[in-house]
Amino acid sequence: MATILTEAEARALLQKVLNYSKADECEVNLSGDISGNIRYARNEVSTSGAKTNQNLVVQSAYGKKVGTATIDEFDDASLEKVVRRSEELAKLAPENPEYVGILGPQTYLKSNGYFASTANLTPDARAAAVAKSLELTRAANLTGAGFMEDSHGYQAMMNSKGLFAYYPSTNVNFSLTVRTADGKGSGYVARGYSDVSKLDTAAATRIAMQKAAASASAKALEPGKYTVILEPTAAAVLMENVFFNMDARSADEGRSFLSKPGGKTKLGEKLMDPRVTIYSDPTNPDLPASPWAGDGQAQKKITWIDKGVVTNMFYSRYWAQKQGKTPVPFPNNAIMAGGTASLEDMIKGTQRGILVTKLWYIRPVDPQTLLYTGLTRDGTFYIENGKIKHAVKNFRFNESPVIMLNNLEVLGKPERVVSTESQGNYLIPPMKIREFTFSSLSDAV
Amino acid sequence: MNRRNFINLSGLGVGGLLVGSIPVMGHAVSPDRLLEPGVDTAIKKQLADVALNAAKSRGATYADVRIGRYLQQFLFTREKQVQNISNAESYGVGIRVIANGTWGFSATSDVTPDGIAKCAATAVAIAKANAKIQTEPVVLAPQKGVGEVSWKTPLTKNAFQMPVKDKIDLLLRTNNAALENGAGFVTSNLFMINEQKYFASTDGSYIDQDVHRIWPTFTVTAVDRAAGKFKTRDALSSPMGMGYEYLDGLASEKIPGPNGLVGYRNSYDMVEDAALAAKQAKEKLTAKTVSAGKYDLVLDPNHLGLTIHESVGHPTELDRVLGYEANYAGTSFATLDKWKTKSFKYGSELVNIVADKKQPYTLGTVGYDDEGVPAKEWDLIKNGVLVNYQAIRDQVAILGGTESNGCCYADNWDSVQFQRMPNVSLKPGTEKRSVLDMIKGVDKGIYIIGRGSYSIDQQRYNFQFGGQLFYEIKNGEVVGMLDDVAYQANTQEFWNSCAQLCDKDDYRTFGSFFDGKGQPSQISAVSHGSPTTRFNGVNVINTGRKI
Repeated sequence: MATILTEAEARALLQKVLNYSKADECEVNLSGDISGNIRYARNEVSTSGAKTNQNLVVQSAYGKKVGTATIDEFDDASLEKVVRRSEELAKLAPENPEYVGILGPQTYLKSNGYFASTANLTPDARAAAVAKSLELTRAANLTGAGFMEDSHGYQAMMNSKGLFAYYPSTNVNFSLTVRTADGKGSGYVARGYSDVSKLDTAAATRIAMQKAAASASAKALEPGKYTVILEPTAAAVLMENVFFNMDARSADEGRSFLSKPGGKTKLGEKLMDPRVTIYSDPTNPDLPASPWAGDGQAQKKITWIDKGVVTNMFYSRYWAQKQGKTPVPFPNNAIMAGGTASLEDMIKGTQRGILVTKLWYIRPVDPQTLLYTGLTRDGTFYIENGKIKHAVKNFRFNESPVIMLNNLEVLGKPERVVSTESQGNYLIPPMKIREFTFSSLSDAV
Repeated sequence: MNRRNFINLSGLGVGGLLVGSIPVMGHAVSPDRLLEPGVDTAIKKQLADVALNAAKSRGATYADVRIGRYLQQFLFTREKQVQNISNAESYGVGIRVIANGTWGFSATSDVTPDGIAKCAATAVAIAKANAKIQTEPVVLAPQKGVGEVSWKTPLTKNAFQMPVKDKIDLLLRTNNAALENGAGFVTSNLFMINEQKYFASTDGSYIDQDVHRIWPTFTVTAVDRAAGKFKTRDALSSPMGMGYEYLDGLASEKIPGPNGLVGYRNSYDMVEDAALAAKQAKEKLTAKTVSAGKYDLVLDPNHLGLTIHESVGHPTELDRVLGYEANYAGTSFATLDKWKTKSFKYGSELVNIVADKKQPYTLGTVGYDDEGVPAKEWDLIKNGVLVNYQAIRDQVAILGGTESNGCCYADNWDSVQFQRMPNVSLKPGTEKRSVLDMIKGVDKGIYIIGRGSYSIDQQRYNFQFGGQLFYEIKNGEVVGMLDDVAYQANTQEFWNSCAQLCDKDDYRTFGSFFDGKGQPSQISAVSHGSPTTRFNGVNVINTGRKI
């Protein structure tokens, strides 16, 4: 059987599996994907590989007793076996008081996240894309270490109440760290696309090379509060921690940055600068995502923060039912609205400030205030009178994205970025922030 | 074919992991399946020989094969209910070869003579293709074949043989203990791993190993709804290279500390710890906020282990030093030129840090590593001086050595093995000293227990650590609990401020169960032993904020 099934093939296979079911409820998830990667360091290819995944998950339920079984063989006997096994496990399982049953048929938005260009990428093409990068770093006597990984696949689901969903997608991530031969300069770039034809490894490499060379003679500045311009790659790793923590249940339980004294939540309250709007939209052409959640719920365009006000949190179906609310699934993408300014415009408009390429090793310090720590890395520069004056040594920061988004000066034009922490892709603008807290210096390059 | 899923951590309350989500490898199976024996060793030897012969006949100058069966059982609960039980099995073969002086690797779940021969041919073909762009051939340190041998984690209770019901009972009793003592919420988890791996190489080794690891943990949350405040306290257990006997809670393995604290050596009382955790989480809600400044720190082994991991373990990985991890985990300040001086003062005279794959009950302990090298112990830092790194067979020549340290590891049969951290531990002091003795000598200090927030730069100079519990020390006595504490330091300055060590009776191990490294990322598990240790004049910041 092919690894990547068409919608019709997936539907037929799922129907066949459901026909074996004897449980009260049955839901089947099917997925397949093929991925390839190439890694290099010290200007040499170090490892490369390819993986094929194919998986069928059957969930059977008797009342609130639920069992799940998995298989990667697809002959009739195996399909029947996996259904029987999930039923046996369900009968043995304790009742799950939070099981709310399966959904009936849903209507989904159209979202195109599958590009043949990416799906047809060969190992040779992957090597050629990396060779373009290596040629540049080798010629400039700089050292490149990078990673390129692409995947194409699909997800499908069907259940005994007639729900059917199918979504094919492709993705490619490219990241590169360029270091100077003396180890005193380092520059970084990361790119993520659904359509590999948008990936220009040579252009990306030039950015990392420029940052590496320019950061080689960094001067130390005193730690303290500074105006910063966070490039989208730097901003993403703080912003994603806002997205991840928008759960209603934690807020209702009093253990979230969205909880309030007296047991209420901050839903409906202004939390950030009025220019901050954060939303999800599976149909965004620059960040296409699956129009359905893992449990089959439809993903719609939804605004989480609207002009600085908390307008939505995600509610699991169980929690929504318990609280008398409408369920809101955890989204499949996250987008922060921005302005029209380019990064260059933002630098020009800055009297004194620090340009940050990347933030690294982000860890929570206090979940109550969403305080995070981490460090700048791979290209940190001092701006004076609208120009980059010189590189500065890296800083450790302790900052909350909530405080940061109240100290907002300017938002630039959003672009698609890859989180260096979670590898998630987002649309995030560059942002100029006043009084960003750098608490100590780092000697790291 | 292979499958690797991730259980998202949001809402599961698994604090302090080194990777963002919990990797589940393999296929969901019934708990009974985890008890079935794997393929007989004699058959594995025949299959391994198919791989080695196929590789050699196609031009490989070296080959190794790993036939691996990886079993996992993970349990998740919150308050009075079971959230998830995951039983998984992954079985297949990974073949690594050197041809034309270059590595090639291929893996397959088709564990038949035909499937294995094809896989070996693919590995050789990849090696030959990559050789065209390779400038320097691989130099592999020699390793004499060890013949047909076997090794097992010494254990008295195989965790996979314990009924699932007993494990759920333990977790729900743990949750009850927390709820009865004032917790608003509690999540508890039990992670069990069994690696059944058969290694063979063209050196003449046929090694059968059965490796077990276990990690019980929880997070207790106390909430003050009126004030809109919440505080958590994570378990003070350690992941171990042990069976279910770790959960016996033996009194003989408990070390009493100040303020009713209990340290656990090689046996853990989960219910007792949860009851204590609930009381302490509540106490944290009203603890005094710390005044920023310099303090002498007294660091408990269950806290110091993570500081050792980040500031000594990672910087002495030779692949990082050489630049192979530059694009992700980073490089290292502990460069070869510093090591070559033979006088680089990593820490004070008291600092003796050893690497090992042999210490009983630890996560890193095995009989042989994943390229057939017998387990060893070696010095990394001796009397404060950097003396060695963590190196594997294709790296050790760079250090002028001829023998691997034996710290090569792959997290699954379908992952290629590479240099991973062995146990890295701080030796206890030789003078008799308890924690109370140590605290008596501190005028202005903070006693820190448990692993909290942690962050370090990509060359491992600047770090910041939090903890689970902070106690203020004034004039030789613990005077009360503190909150909003984190310390920041430079690695070399920090280890040079090491002023005093407790003795071997206080020595315990800390562990990291899901340590991530590499692209694509692989996990590994590693322990760090230490006694309670004093560091003088460390910079403490206040992390309290208002939003």
